[in-house]
Amino acid sequence: MEAKVEDRPAARVETPAVPKESGDAAPAALGELKMKAKDVNLWYGQKQALFDVNLEIFDQSVTALIGPSGCGKSTFLRCLNRMNDVIDICRVEGDIRLEGQDIYAPQVDPVQLRARVGMVFQKPNPFPKSIYENVAYAPRLHGLCANKTELDEVVETSLIKAGLWEEVKDRLDQPGTGLSGGQQQRLCIARAISVNPEVLLMDEPCSALDPIATATIETLIDELKENLCIAIVTHSMQQAARVSQRTAFFHLGKLVEVDETSTIFTNPTDQRTQDYVTGRFG
Amino acid sequence: MSSLTILAILAVAGIVAFFIGRMRSIQVCGGRQRNLHSRPSYYGYYLAILTALPAVILLAVWSVAERPVTKYVAMQELPPTVLQGTDAEKALTMSVVDSIAQGLPKLGPEEYEVLRKARFGFVTSSDARDVLAKHGVVLGSDPDRSLLAAADELASARATSRLWLPIACFGLAALGFFWGYTRIRPELRSRNIVERVMRSGLFLASTVAVLTTVGIVLSVLFETIHFFQFVSPMDYFFGTVWDPRFATVGKAEGQFGLLPLLWGTLFISAVALLVAVPVGLFAAIYMSEYAGSKVRAFAKPVLEILAGIPTIVYGFFALSVFGPLLRDIGGNIGLDISASSVLTAGIVMGVMIIPFVSSLSDDIINAVPQSLREGSYGLGATQSETIKKVVLPAALPGIVGAVLLAASRAIGETMIVVLAAGIAANLTLNPLEPVTTITVKIVSQLTGDLEFNSPQTLVAFALGLTLFVITLGLNVYALYIVRKYREQYE
Ligand SMILES: Nc1ncnc2c1ncn2[C@@H]1O[C@H](COP(=O)(O)OP(=O)(O)OP(=O)(O)O)[C@@H](O)[C@H]1O
Ligand SMILES: [Mg+2]
Repeated sequence: MEAKVEDRPAARVETPAVPKESGDAAPAALGELKMKAKDVNLWYGQKQALFDVNLEIFDQSVTALIGPSGCGKSTFLRCLNRMNDVIDICRVEGDIRLEGQDIYAPQVDPVQLRARVGMVFQKPNPFPKSIYENVAYAPRLHGLCANKTELDEVVETSLIKAGLWEEVKDRLDQPGTGLSGGQQQRLCIARAISVNPEVLLMDEPCSALDPIATATIETLIDELKENLCIAIVTHSMQQAARVSQRTAFFHLGKLVEVDETSTIFTNPTDQRTQDYVTGRFG
Repeated sequence: MSSLTILAILAVAGIVAFFIGRMRSIQVCGGRQRNLHSRPSYYGYYLAILTALPAVILLAVWSVAERPVTKYVAMQELPPTVLQGTDAEKALTMSVVDSIAQGLPKLGPEEYEVLRKARFGFVTSSDARDVLAKHGVVLGSDPDRSLLAAADELASARATSRLWLPIACFGLAALGFFWGYTRIRPELRSRNIVERVMRSGLFLASTVAVLTTVGIVLSVLFETIHFFQFVSPMDYFFGTVWDPRFATVGKAEGQFGLLPLLWGTLFISAVALLVAVPVGLFAAIYMSEYAGSKVRAFAKPVLEILAGIPTIVYGFFALSVFGPLLRDIGGNIGLDISASSVLTAGIVMGVMIIPFVSSLSDDIINAVPQSLREGSYGLGATQSETIKKVVLPAALPGIVGAVLLAASRAIGETMIVVLAAGIAANLTLNPLEPVTTITVKIVSQLTGDLEFNSPQTLVAFALGLTLFVITLGLNVYALYIVRKYREQYE
């Protein structure tokens, strides 16, 4: 789609709520460099969807990916755990490293990679199994637990971390599909962290949720980032401002600008970023 | 004028009325269509319906009623001796009357006069016979006077009917047209009326389907009850010997044990499912999960062609190729397989129902949302793990439904069994021996000389009902499962 700058003043969408203190506060503390994408180009068949994307993602922090619809945020995110391999027509070029190792190298098994780089999807997608089985699925698959007690423990800690334990501890044997939307999404997060991934990719995890469930998940993201590297795609500028330390702005398949979240929202270098974050962008 | 001509004329009249009605509506609103309640074409349909519909209904009723009414008129002329006879005798007499009546319109005036005279006894009836013979109506003996009278009445009743039918129809059409024409005004709610008529039409169509089903079930049910007046239900449902004998030997002498047939049916179906379920399911998994789009585009239609092959062709195949082949193979490894056996029929039938299993399962596997697969991949599961642990469990209820539908297909199958499993009702556990099924026995009880009052024939209805209940149960259960599964992802 063609995005263009409109003449009329920012009358539509939310004006971003910029965190007050972040303007003059010291740069947010970031962990070590976790993933690094260099000159990533991607094609769906003949159509190029990503152009020379260079992005670094740091440990123990949240990186937000923002940009207009169709600009390639999801596509880029899915490069990071090789989820695009599932799509026949998709071709990736460039260099993406996880802790210095090229994840597209031939000796890397995407299956093992995905256990290290977990993913939470836009629409909650619990398996049609019990709550317990949903969370136990991956640990069992990877043989992480020697016996049932250990497995129980993993399920419990994952659900606790996802902030769902209190609500479901009495009905672990009931189907995960029977939970509310927000609970389902937290179940999916519990499922994703059950294998202790190093990186968690979240593609618009709150877009199907109401404000209260969203707030719960944002709190959760805040806590999770203490030991995790998180990349999150979001359409809500407030959400990006609230949860992320760094923000990357994509436009038409290109990475326009990436910087500290506060900088992107208050003092971006690029005019397009300025227009987008102030809501002047189609 | 034949009914078909009348119908054609009415159709044309309806089309003409449509255009006139549309024109009229534009006329009455003075060209300002916004003042019309409905769009002009609805006024066209309105007038067309008023013109054609009542007349067509009249035509239909008249055509149905004509035969019984004229026949009743003719019967009044027959002597009580005939009327009190059996149904068969009456039918025979009426067919003679009918053939004379058909000859009457061909007679010239003088010839007809001869017949009239014969009717009232002025000349002998053999004169009448000669006259009729000249026009191709050959009678076995000299017709009775009452026969001639009845034929005469029948012919004249028919002539009257033929004369009045078009007059009545066209009159009604004209009436409808003019009445409707005067009623077309801007405020006439023609759209509502037309739509109500449409809805009644649709309702009628669905009623026909439902009533047919009910009618079939009821007729089979009554005959079954009739059957159970000859044979006790205990002997039927729990009898282990099927030996109906022939109707001519005597009433109720045979044995009508259902069990050997039911067993044969279930045995063959089980073998068929044993073949079809693994092959069909694996084919479906391959098609939906592994095959590239090119393979899929080619293989799926080919697989579905299998479903389009008439079952009798499978029967040939079983009889001429597969049965002997199986027998030879058995011979080589020291097994005594008869050319027609449970195994032959079951395997061929299994091949026949593979497409049912595979194409339904394929649909169901495809209906499992892609997001579930991605969720599983995202956790580091391989494709086969994902299929085994996520896709198949999610699709399982639907697949069970597909298998049940295939099973009811197998249970109702006849042709393959006749040709490949034989017609001997055996209660055997050995898959290498011939057995037979319910459907085959229905066919064999209903072919040849029939006497509808003997248990030998009536048992076919009992068998049919049994089969119906079994497959209906399976279908209902299968549909219930499939539907429940569908809702899960909506
Ligand atoms: N499976 C696919 N096959 C072909 N083209 C695709 C596929 N997935 C995405 N695309 C194209 O790639 C481009 C980027 O899509 P992507 O889903 O990454 O956008 P996005 O930024 O996530 O948008 P949104 O905010 O709406 O989710 C779009 O033009 C889209 O049409
Ligand atoms: Mg997206």
